[in-house]
Amino acid sequence: MAENFVPTVLQDAINWAQKYSLFTYPFATACCAMEFMATMGGRYDIARFGAEFPRFSPRQADLLIVIGTITERQAPVLRRVYDQMIDPKWVMAFGVCASTGGFYQNYTVTPGADQVIPVDVYVPGCPPRPEQVLDGLMALQRRIQDHRGHVQREIGATATVTLRDRRHLPILQDGTSMTLEPHERMPKDGRVR
Amino acid sequence: MARHVLERLDATMRHAIVESGSHVGDEIVVARREHLLELLEHVRDDPALDFKMLTDLTVVDYLGQVPRFEVVYQLYSLGHKHRLRVKVRVDEEPAECWVPSATGLWKAANWAEREAWDLYGVRFEGHPDLRRILMYDEFVGFPLRKDYPQNGRQPLVRRPDAPSTDDQTTRLLERSHDRRISG
Amino acid sequence: MTVEPVDLRRRQAGELPLSPSLQAFADEAERLPTEEVIVNMGPSHPAMHGTVRVVLRIDGETIRDADVQIGYLHRGFEKECENATYHQIFPYVDRLNYVSPMLNNVGFAMAVEKLLGIGERIPQRAEYIRVIVGELARVCDHVTCVVASLAELGGFTAFFYGIRAREHLWELLEDVSGARLTHSYCRVGGVAWDLTADFIPKCRRKIAEVRKLVTDVRRLVERNRIFLDRMEGVGVLSAEDAISYGITGPCLRACGVAYDVRKDKTYSVYDHFDFDVPIADGGDNLARYLVRIEEIEQSFRIVEQALVQIPPGPVIVDDPTIALPAKREVYNSIEGMIAHFKHIVDGLVVPPGEAYSFTEAGNGELGFYIVSDGTGRPYKCRCRPPCFYTTAALRQMIVGANIADVVPIFGSINMIGGECDR
Repeated sequence: MAENFVPTVLQDAINWAQKYSLFTYPFATACCAMEFMATMGGRYDIARFGAEFPRFSPRQADLLIVIGTITERQAPVLRRVYDQMIDPKWVMAFGVCASTGGFYQNYTVTPGADQVIPVDVYVPGCPPRPEQVLDGLMALQRRIQDHRGHVQREIGATATVTLRDRRHLPILQDGTSMTLEPHERMPKDGRVR
Repeated sequence: MARHVLERLDATMRHAIVESGSHVGDEIVVARREHLLELLEHVRDDPALDFKMLTDLTVVDYLGQVPRFEVVYQLYSLGHKHRLRVKVRVDEEPAECWVPSATGLWKAANWAEREAWDLYGVRFEGHPDLRRILMYDEFVGFPLRKDYPQNGRQPLVRRPDAPSTDDQTTRLLERSHDRRISG
Repeated sequence: MTVEPVDLRRRQAGELPLSPSLQAFADEAERLPTEEVIVNMGPSHPAMHGTVRVVLRIDGETIRDADVQIGYLHRGFEKECENATYHQIFPYVDRLNYVSPMLNNVGFAMAVEKLLGIGERIPQRAEYIRVIVGELARVCDHVTCVVASLAELGGFTAFFYGIRAREHLWELLEDVSGARLTHSYCRVGGVAWDLTADFIPKCRRKIAEVRKLVTDVRRLVERNRIFLDRMEGVGVLSAEDAISYGITGPCLRACGVAYDVRKDKTYSVYDHFDFDVPIADGGDNLARYLVRIEEIEQSFRIVEQALVQIPPGPVIVDDPTIALPAKREVYNSIEGMIAHFKHIVDGLVVPPGEAYSFTEAGNGELGFYIVSDGTGRPYKCRCRPPCFYTTAALRQMIVGANIADVVPIFGSINMIGGECDR
């Protein structure tokens, strides 16, 4: 039902407001965090795009920027943080490690954040230049305006409708929804997932 | 470069040493496991040697050789500015794959031995808290051993190709993957 | 009734007697039943240094016990290196201490050169370039550490000044290597290519700019009451403990121990320069801050001397079995093409043996222990991470302190996730 709703002027206005006032959650792990600091700095200034306010609580953020390599140990943490965020929310994979795992192809690196959470924009680079990041941010803003983010497509119209429809679904389902059972964990042949 | 270290050890600790020598300027001593702690304590406390700092502790896996593992200690003396490498070989049989812990001698050994246990599976007898440090507790196996596959991932989180559950994020994830392919 | 001015410092330190009513209240509070609570900090947290998880057992605001859990950025450096040629390892090595990648490059290149035995054959110009770019990287490391700690304390202005200073240096490094952050500029036997034509005057200009910005940061904080209260006397580590933990670098020098690899076992051309090694005593956050600030100035001293002394000449050793041939040769001569092919496919063939080589990186003694089996890929390539051993001491530093002290202490030890977890 959500995929073919009729975009209204109200929805366009809400999307316009959301895209120019993103509260970011910088999920920083590795080297790309240095370039994120540079993007936040005065020279490349992410504040021009309205996204300068990092909120270090997932409850208050709407853009989760996955900055750097996600290891298998970090993946449940990333998933939990994403689940704790409130709709509408978007995800940017910052750097090639967050996009596909980068040049780390081994037992410990998750090949991309999109193995565990749905990603809206991928910004490859090792690390990407701040101009690249801002280009990715602008692409995300276009997506937000067109109502084409992954979560946006699911929730359809405005947030008030969403809450009413989905209030019965719990946000976290500990033990059943996120982690694998022990017998599911050890791959028998060690093949790449 | 620091031959006097080897000469001093030869004079005082010959029963603990299998062989000693130099290679590209590094002094190396291969020790017997039963006298290892005695040797390490001696090199730390002897004023002529004074190896007060354990700079590194690691394991090398010589797969195919018997004994298989080699535990390597890199030592440094701040007072005399000389260095030493102490090595000890252990076999891969679980009953034999252990060395005594050096945590009583240097605090640096605490985490370094945890890492060696985590990645290679060599136990350190007498360590106060020997558990994994770099890998997660649910991990099975010792990843830096030569017979562990490089791509042997053990994921903790449900992936789209794993059996699905009634979980909205997983459904979102599957849908995002379909969109990635179909545009 | 006159009210005497109270010395707040002594009041906070508990040296002044409380008034009778307050004393009664304190005694009552002692008798109240309390519970220790377990609180989790991390692994996703605002502190900008590394991804670490600290599980705290607290009683009110005081930490009774802590468990520092690392490994959230363990990316399998050693396993990757066992399957990569020596040339291919340079990008991996960059991403160890990613705030000062050039120093890791130099450290790894020196370890391979030690195994090859070509230490004396490296051209002087290459050594000077390594020193210049390495010291600029060290400045980046110290500036980032200091201003990120200040941002965590709430001093955002200093953070933005520091990021601007780092941009100046990254511009220089980008001119020389092509990348702002992960340069991969070093090669075994020298560096990849020569400096740009205008590097030396540009470097002098940039150093002047960075000096100005660092001075501004210092003026903002060094007489600031909040900064001093939060850094002085916090996170104290004694020299004996630091040595026992295997800590090196600024954290050890802040405890009063004068150990710097550049002076104790001089490598490269560091003996051509006149520079000091700053030492502080106290072993607290303020001491570590002061050591880093002073090291920035000493690094600039080294760079300025190097810019004057740098000789002309080749920038890589003249040996086709060690250095990749120039592209001109690869495309135009059969020998060049075959040499290139062998380097890329077989790797740089290193005689069998093992070597432990160490340099002074941003955090201390960065060591590389390489075991070679005679092929072009190392049998084992271990990085001895300086901040792994420093982070091991974190537990001792935070037990007994307040929760609010965890972040400044963690910031001052400069734990870089890529290096600590590899």
